[in-house]
Amino acid sequence: MLKSLRRFGPVFVGPTLIAFLIAFLVPFAIGLYLSLCQFTTVTDATFIGISNYIDAFTEEQGFVRAIGFTALVTIVSVVSVNIFAFAIAYALTRKLKGTNFYRTVFFMPNLIGGIVLGYTWQTIINAVLLHWNTTLVTDSLHGFIGLVVLINWQMVGYMMIIYIAGLQSVPKELIEAAQIDGAGKWQTLRNVTIPMVMPSITICTFLTLSGSFKLFDQNLALTNGAPLAETEMAALNIVNTFFARSGFEGVGQAKAVVFFLLVSAIAFIQLRSTRSKEVEA
Amino acid sequence: MSTAAPTRTTAQVSGPSTGGAGAKILLHVVLVALTLVFLGPLMFILMNSFKGRFFISDQPFALPLGDYFVGADNYLNGLQATGFFTAMGWSFLITILSVVVIVFFCAMTAYYITRVKSRWTSALYLLFVFSMVVPFQMVMFPTVKIADILNLDNPLGMVVLYLGFGSGLSVFVFSGFVKSIPLEIEEASMIDGCGPVQNYFRVVMPMLKPVMITVAILNAMWVWNDYLLPYLVIGLSTPYKTIPVVVQQLVGSYGSNDMGALMAMLVLAIVPIIVFYLASQKYIIEGVVAGAVKG
Repeated sequence: MLKSLRRFGPVFVGPTLIAFLIAFLVPFAIGLYLSLCQFTTVTDATFIGISNYIDAFTEEQGFVRAIGFTALVTIVSVVSVNIFAFAIAYALTRKLKGTNFYRTVFFMPNLIGGIVLGYTWQTIINAVLLHWNTTLVTDSLHGFIGLVVLINWQMVGYMMIIYIAGLQSVPKELIEAAQIDGAGKWQTLRNVTIPMVMPSITICTFLTLSGSFKLFDQNLALTNGAPLAETEMAALNIVNTFFARSGFEGVGQAKAVVFFLLVSAIAFIQLRSTRSKEVEA
Repeated sequence: MSTAAPTRTTAQVSGPSTGGAGAKILLHVVLVALTLVFLGPLMFILMNSFKGRFFISDQPFALPLGDYFVGADNYLNGLQATGFFTAMGWSFLITILSVVVIVFFCAMTAYYITRVKSRWTSALYLLFVFSMVVPFQMVMFPTVKIADILNLDNPLGMVVLYLGFGSGLSVFVFSGFVKSIPLEIEEASMIDGCGPVQNYFRVVMPMLKPVMITVAILNAMWVWNDYLLPYLVIGLSTPYKTIPVVVQQLVGSYGSNDMGALMAMLVLAIVPIIVFYLASQKYIIEGVVAGAVKG
C-alpha cells in the first residue's frame, strides 16, 4: 500500500526526527552514560561505575526524604483531587441551571502556569497564616498543606471535565434498569455509574499521579523546599543537585535515572491495575 | 461536547433524580461557594496589585481604598524591574512559532509512520510514546549542553527544542487519528494522479484539521507556561527571557521586598491566559478531553 510514499521518508519524518534526536534521544542516551561518570560538563566525563548511585542514596543528599515527601503529597493529592472532581462532575451532570458557567470557572486555574500559581498561592497562604503570626516556610506541615491545596486548585477542574465526559456517556437505560430493579441512589452510583466511568477514573488517576509526582514549578515557587529542604520534592531535589553546588552533577544524573525508573514503574502499575477494573456495558 | 444537559426522557441524565427544590438550592449554594474558592485567589492578587506594598503584608485582606490605594504604581515599578512586555513578546513569538512547527511537522511524521509499516517506523513510534513518560530532569543536563554547543540558546533554537520535546504527545495523538481515516480516500486520490506528497497536503491534511486544533492547544498551554527549559537554555543574561522566567527573576532579585510589583506582574501574566481561554473556551475544553482520552 502507498509504495510511492515510502521514498518520501526524509521529507515526512526528517525535521521531527532531527529535533527529537537533539532534544530527547541523544540526551537520554548521554544521560544514562553520564550517570556512571564524574563530570562538570559533558565533555570532561570520566567513567566511575555505580558510585553515583550509591552516593545518591546517602543521608546528606536528601533524595530518599524528597521521594518520601513526594509520595506523601502525591497520595493525598490523587485521592482528594479525584474525589472532589468526581463529586463536582456528578453534581454538574444534573439538570441544573448555570452548569456551563461553573464548568468554565472551575477549569480555568488549569491554564495558569506553575510559577505564577506558586507565587499567587504563596501570597494568599502567608496572608492567612499572618493571623497566627506564622508563615508558609516556618513549618514543613504548612508547605505540605500548601502544595496539596495548590495541586487541588489546579487539577480539580481539569479532572472534572474528563469525569463529565465519562458520566455523560453512561447509557441512560442502565441507570433506569437499576432504578426499576429497586436500587437506591447510592447503590446505583456504586454498582452502575462508577464501574461505567472506570475508563475516566483510569485517565484521571494517571494524570494526577504523574502530574503530582513530577511536580517542579509549583514546588519551586511556593516553598523552594523551605524550611531546610523539608518540603523539597524529587524533581526540585534533582535540579538543586545539578545547580545548587558544583561537583555533584554525576549524582544528580544518577538520581534522575532513578526518578525516571520510578515514574515509569508507577505509571505502568497504575495503568494495569485500574484498566483491569474496567467493564463493558 | 454539548454543555447543556440532554433533554430528559424519563430518568435523569445520569444518576437518580435530584431530590426536591431544597436539595437543588443547597447544591447551588455549594457551587457558588466553590466558585468563590476558584476565583478568590485571582481576586486577591488583583486587589493587592493596587495596594502599597507595606499594606499587602500588613493588611492582606483589606480593600485597596483610601491610603492603601496606590493607583498604577506597582505596575509601573514591576514593568521597570522586569521588562515585562518584552518578555511577553518573546513568550508569544516562541509559543506561536513552536505550536505551528509542532503541528505541521508532527502531523506529517505521524501520517508517515502510521501508513508506512516497517521496523523503523514501529520503533520510532514506540520511542515517541516512550518519551512521554520520561521526566524532563532525566535529559535536562545533556539537552542544555547540546543546545549550547549547537547555538540553540535563542528563540529559534527554543522552537527546535520544543519540536523535539513536543513530538512525543503530538505524534501519538495524530497517529491515533490517522489510523481511523479509511484508506479508500487516499487510494482514490492516488488513482486520480496525486503523488504521495500532493495526496498528503491536498487530501489528508484537511481531514486532520480538528486534531490539529487539539494538538495546537495542548502544546500552546505547555510551551507558554514552561519555565525550566527557557531558564536553563536561554538564561537570565539575554534579552530573550519569557514571562515565567522574568516572574521568577523578579522574586529572586527584589520581588521579595516589593510585593506590590510582584502582584502586578502576576496579574499581567494571568490576563492573557484568561482572555485566550474565554475567547476559545470551546476548543480548549474539547482539546483537553480529546488529548486526555487518547492518552
